[in-house]
Formats: sequence, structure tokens, C-alpha cells
Amino acid sequence: RSGSRMEAPQGRAAALATACLSYSRGGPGRALALRAVTAASAQDIDNVGRKYHLKLVLEDILDKDNIVNCTAEVLYHLGNTNAAPDVHFEIEGELKSTDEQDNTFYNRIRSLKEELVAQDIPDSHGNVPPEMEPIRALAQAAAGYVVWQNSTEDTQYHLAQIKHVRQVKRSDDYLEFDYMVLLHEFVSQEIIPWQMTVLWHPQHGVKVTQNSRQ
Amino acid sequence: QKVFRVIPQNEEQVEIISSLASRMQVDFWQPDSVTQVKPKMKVDFQVEADKSFEVESLLAQNKMEYRVLIDNLQTAIEAQFDSKVRTAGHSYEKYNQWETIAAWTADIAAQNPDLVSRSVIGETYEGRQMYLLKVGKSGTNKKAIFMDCGFHAREWISPAFCQWFVKEAVETYGKDSVMTNILDRLDFYILPVLNIDGYVYTWTNNRMWRKTRSKNAGSFCIGTDPNRNFNAGWCSIGASDNPCDATYCGRTPESEKETKALADFIREHLSTIKAYFTIHSYSQLLLFPYSYTYKYPSNFEELNSIAGTASKQLASLYNTKYTYGPGAETIYPAAGGSDDWAFDQGIKYSFTFELRDTGRYGFLLPESQIKATCEETVLAVKYLANYVLQHLY
Repeated sequence: RSGSRMEAPQGRAAALATACLSYSRGGPGRALALRAVTAASAQDIDNVGRKYHLKLVLEDILDKDNIVNCTAEVLYHLGNTNAAPDVHFEIEGELKSTDEQDNTFYNRIRSLKEELVAQDIPDSHGNVPPEMEPIRALAQAAAGYVVWQNSTEDTQYHLAQIKHVRQVKRSDDYLEFDYMVLLHEFVSQEIIPWQMTVLWHPQHGVKVTQNSRQ
Repeated sequence: QKVFRVIPQNEEQVEIISSLASRMQVDFWQPDSVTQVKPKMKVDFQVEADKSFEVESLLAQNKMEYRVLIDNLQTAIEAQFDSKVRTAGHSYEKYNQWETIAAWTADIAAQNPDLVSRSVIGETYEGRQMYLLKVGKSGTNKKAIFMDCGFHAREWISPAFCQWFVKEAVETYGKDSVMTNILDRLDFYILPVLNIDGYVYTWTNNRMWRKTRSKNAGSFCIGTDPNRNFNAGWCSIGASDNPCDATYCGRTPESEKETKALADFIREHLSTIKAYFTIHSYSQLLLFPYSYTYKYPSNFEELNSIAGTASKQLASLYNTKYTYGPGAETIYPAAGGSDDWAFDQGIKYSFTFELRDTGRYGFLLPESQIKATCEETVLAVKYLANYVLQHLY
């Protein structure tokens, strides 16, 4: 379908589900994005909150033909709790393996003589150097966690830019990156700087060990 | 100096031109000299500015139709020079700095005098001239469509689109029948950048700036959100009364020089402006009123239908999916928008475009996507313009 009517709250729930999927399945070799919402409904649950039922189509930005269908449930809790929304999802079928890209990236970073440092990804004109794409995909996945933890029914976050990223050398097998990113919050239109400490390993996936709003 | 175009209808009128040339300094651009002037021929000639009044009186007295081809030769020449010096940097497939865009507005008008003229509708807070381009074949009693870009400073694809659209207009006029028909029968008023100060700031200081750059009394925070600053449910919902916020609605409606200039222009030309398009990014949305209330406008069915078709037109090129609908429920409720204001002024066809993409690059859309984004959006704008033409009111 070339155009659609869709209501904004459902769009926000879909974006949140996508963020969670990103965190769960994303990494340097895979950046998941929402391609379409094929079904959406909301249900009020007394004394609990509002639950959205969604059918989504996601795509891997780094491999546009790699698409996958998901069903997701997003529950926003009633009241002014600090609790993150509950998100559950199921992926239909399998995502294409990214083992090769992951290992290439892993070995490349491990063999760097100096810790990786970069800024402004993308730059003002939207450019991303090819060697920075995995760094960016990793940030996208990690930001999924931050977005999930901080979302409400009235917010929608996107990763706007990596202002600064610095690799932190570790003695174990993990790669560690200290990111300063800008999150764009759609409803308020604010740009929010956020710090994230991100761990990644080809077999163990992405983990955000520390994050704070700046 | 001014350059005039006259088409003498008969020998008597040829004689009038000859006698003019004998009384004062007249430089003929075509034909080469006064002796070659014949009836029914286009005669272009240049006179000193202080003689132009006399020339116009003479032509009027003798009921000879004429046109001022070039109102100010000096300016036109300088524009050409500037264009080589500064618009040497201009590209339709790159993001251009403000100085480059400003020079381009002069250049494009000078190069296409039959189709484009430039005027100034006001000044920004920081004193920059706000250029407006009028695009269309000159004619009488023409209705118009107003289109603006660059409300929000960081939405760089937006001014890029306005520049692209003007280019499309001048390049395809006479070649593309749809565009030719549209420009023959309608004028486009195109404001390439409304929030010039903000746009400059995104180049010099902060790529993510959104608002204007006006000082706020009693606060260290700068700027007002121009799209919350119009008198449409002003500041009632979806806007902030805190000057430090990105959606600050301003001290009063039209508190910003930029929004006041736009509103003044539209008010002054209200009887001719039949549609209003305002270009933003990002999200891939085509919105219509209202955003300041969940209530539907009186012509909801019509707007919904043409928004749907326009979205389909847009998608036909590269399969770029747009969502469409009334602002409040499709994106978020937000008062003070220019589209709602224009609609409530009586402009029945009022649309907000949110261009590419849906968040992957967001405001930082790569230059490599400018062409495709603009090409597909042109299709939607042409469709809507055509629709307006067929439903003039």
C-alpha cells in the first residue's frame, strides 16, 4: 500500500517495539528498522494500563531484502511509574545470520593499535564513512535499550546522531564503547544528549551497562 | 536602466518608436537598430532609468502595449556576476548555505524573467532579507499557490525541495504539458527559507537547532518555534510557554518577524491564494487540518481523498510510503501551525509535507537522497496543484 491512515499512538507503540527488537537482535552487523505496521489495536486494562497489539514488518537496513514479520505487545503502565513499558515480541522465521560481518568487525577492532575514536556519525550532510557503519548499527541497537527504558505513551525516540564514540580497551573478550549520542524525541521535538556504555561480543550480543541523560 | 519590450502593431506605432529613439538615448537589444523595426515584431530596448517614466507615458498615451523586461539592469548584471562567484557553489543535489541560496534566488529570476520574479517580504530577526519567488507565466487574474520551506532550521531537505521545485518549473515549462498548464494558469509563491537565521545557525553552531534565533525577554533561552507561532488555537495544546523548549509558542501569535512577514503576505494576497503547502521533515507524512483540535475540517472527505491520491503519486516513483491524515491524530496535536492558520483564513487546500525519511537518518538525510526525495515530492505537488486548478473557488 502506498499510503495509509494510522493513528499516532499506535505508531509510537510500534516504534517502541522496534527499539526493543533492535536491542535484542541488533549489533554491528544488523540494524533493524520498522518498515510497516500491518495491524494495530489498543486495549485498556483496568488498573493496569493500555496494551497495544501490533503486527510489524521489520527490515535490516544493512540488507534491505532481509525482512521479517513480528507480532508485538506493548503495555504502558498506568500512572506516573518509573517502570519501563512491558514489551513482548515474536519473530516469524529467522533473521539472516550476521556471523561473518560480526567476526570481521570484531577482529578489525581487536587489532586496532589505538582505541577507536570518532565523532558526528552521520555528519551534518548525512555521510557515514563505510567503516563506521558497524559502529552506528551497534549504537542503534544499544539505543534501543535506552529508548525502551525511557518511553511513555506520549514519547517517541529516534537516534539522531552519534556525537562522539570512544573505544575502551578491555582485558576480556568484550568490545566496549563509550557513546555520546543525541536522541530526538518526536512529541516535544527536543534533542537529548545521552551517554551509553556499550558492551558487545559476537556470541553474547549487545549490552548497555551504563547510561545517563546529559 | 530599464529594458522594455514593445510589439508595434502598425506603421504608426513603428513611427512612435523611431521618434523616441531620435529624442533620447535608446539602445536596441532587438532588432539591432531602429531602422529594422517593423510591425508585429518584438522590439526590446534599453533606456536610462530617469527616462523610463517618459517612455511609459508615451507608450500609454498611444495605447501601445509594453512590458518591462528588466526593471533594473544593474541588479540583473550583478546577479549574474554573483552567480558566477557565489552560486558557483550552488547545487540542486547538495545542501546549500544561505548565502548561496540567496544568490541563487537572484540568479534564477534573472535567468528566467518570463517565469520567475523575486521580491522581499520582510526581514528576519537578525536582519536578513526574506526572499520570495513568484513562479508562473505572467497573466491577468491568476490565482496562486503559496509554498514555503525551511520553517525549522534543522530540516535541511526542506529548502532543498523548494529550490528543486523552482528548477523543475523553469526547466520543464514548455516541455512538460502538466507543468506548462499549471504555470500558465496559476502562480506559485515560493519562499525557499522562512527561518533563515535558524538555518544559518545550523551551519555555524548547532546542526540540530529548530527554532528562530530571537531573544526572549527574561530568559537566557533563544528562539520561538515558528510552527507554533500562528494564530490558530495559539499555544493551547502541543506547544510550550517555556522559551527554553523546542516548541515554544512565542510571546504572542506572530511575535516573530518571520511569521509575521509570511502572515502579512498571505493576508494581503488572500483573494488570489487558493492553496498553501508548507514543507517540513521528517516522517513521510502528508497532513491537513486540524492540528490544534481533533475536530475535522468541513471539507475533510475531500482533503482526505486528495491526500491519499497525492501520497500514491509520490509513492509511484520509488515506492516511498507516506502516511496521511489530519494533523492531530496522525502526528500529534499541536496548536499555532501555519497550515491550520491558512486554512482558517479561507485557504481550503492546506497541507503540511513531512519529507524523508522515517528516522534512519532523520534530519541528517544524506545528500545522495536529495534528488529522489525531491523528484517524488514534485509528483505530489503537481497533482495537488492540478487538483486546485480544477477546483478553483
